Amino acid sequence: MAKTAVTPTRMVLNQLKGRLKTATRGHKLLKDKRDELMRQFMEVIRRNKELRQRVEDGLTEAFGALTVASAVMSPEMLEQALMYPRQSVELTMKFRNVMSVNVPQYSFKTANADPGEIYPYGFTQTSGELDLAMQCLSRVFEDMLELAQVEKTMQLLAEEIEKTRRRVNALEYVMIPEMEENIKYISMKLSENENSTKVRLMKVKDMVLQQSHDFSYAQNA
Amino acid sequence: MYKIAVIGGSDSVVGFRALGLDTFPVSDAAEARKTLHDITRIEEDPYVIIYIEETLAEPMMDEIRKFTARPTPAIILIPGRNGPIGLGQAALKQAVEQAVGSDIL
Repeated sequence: MAKTAVTPTRMVLNQLKGRLKTATRGHKLLKDKRDELMRQFMEVIRRNKELRQRVEDGLTEAFGALTVASAVMSPEMLEQALMYPRQSVELTMKFRNVMSVNVPQYSFKTANADPGEIYPYGFTQTSGELDLAMQCLSRVFEDMLELAQVEKTMQLLAEEIEKTRRRVNALEYVMIPEMEENIKYISMKLSENENSTKVRLMKVKDMVLQQSHDFSYAQNA
Repeated sequence: MYKIAVIGGSDSVVGFRALGLDTFPVSDAAEARKTLHDITRIEEDPYVIIYIEETLAEPMMDEIRKFTARPTPAIILIPGRNGPIGLGQAALKQAVEQAVGSDIL
């Protein structure tokens, strides 16, 4: 392919051999990285699937309960009851390194530790259905948080796997074969040069001998 | 301090407000797009998790995809009042396809 671009010298040959060695090692390492990423990715996928299902079911349930609550209460009352939250969520984020991919890890703390604080309203004017809805929602929220973490991890890993896969393929199917071909070309060219030099030397030797022979023969005669 | 945002229809987000999350009630997809645009630009106390209702997210998937490669924020689709429409599952499928090259699930 690119062999027209290489100069067939011993220096280039040595350089190419070095590069081939590095490329082969890099290829092996990247392949290992890809395999490990893939393994982790599969785990994350499985977890994500499970969580997604749980969140969707949980939210459907919570929204259902909320619908029931809004049927019992007037919309204004419902709006008013939930207008001012007593609870607030403090989120902290750390990054974890998975095969050189930084994935976020969330952990949250509610400002009020009392689990009763999820009801930001008095119980006199609201219906019990609303309490139930809030309970559902706060339970599903923990899963939602983990889902966020898992889903983001999944996306970032997918991105990295794609990149790594491309690199592995580029090395395996383009770079390494090209270098091998170039090395072969150079070594053939070099041995060809060597042969022609040898032939030329033999020829010169013959000529010199002939000359000296003729010369000496002429003297003797 | 990091924060969590919820973008959705006004009747879907009320519950989340009581949990202490920041809610952004919107009425249509255009408004949702604008809200997303605005809140991802906040530098101080950024939103690292943004939940968006599936039905609102559908017309703006292009906008959401821009964030998939970034470490933050995580944009997560959640079903709305009318139940899941399968867009959240599609995100999973898309990631698998991107990583493996074909849908193996």
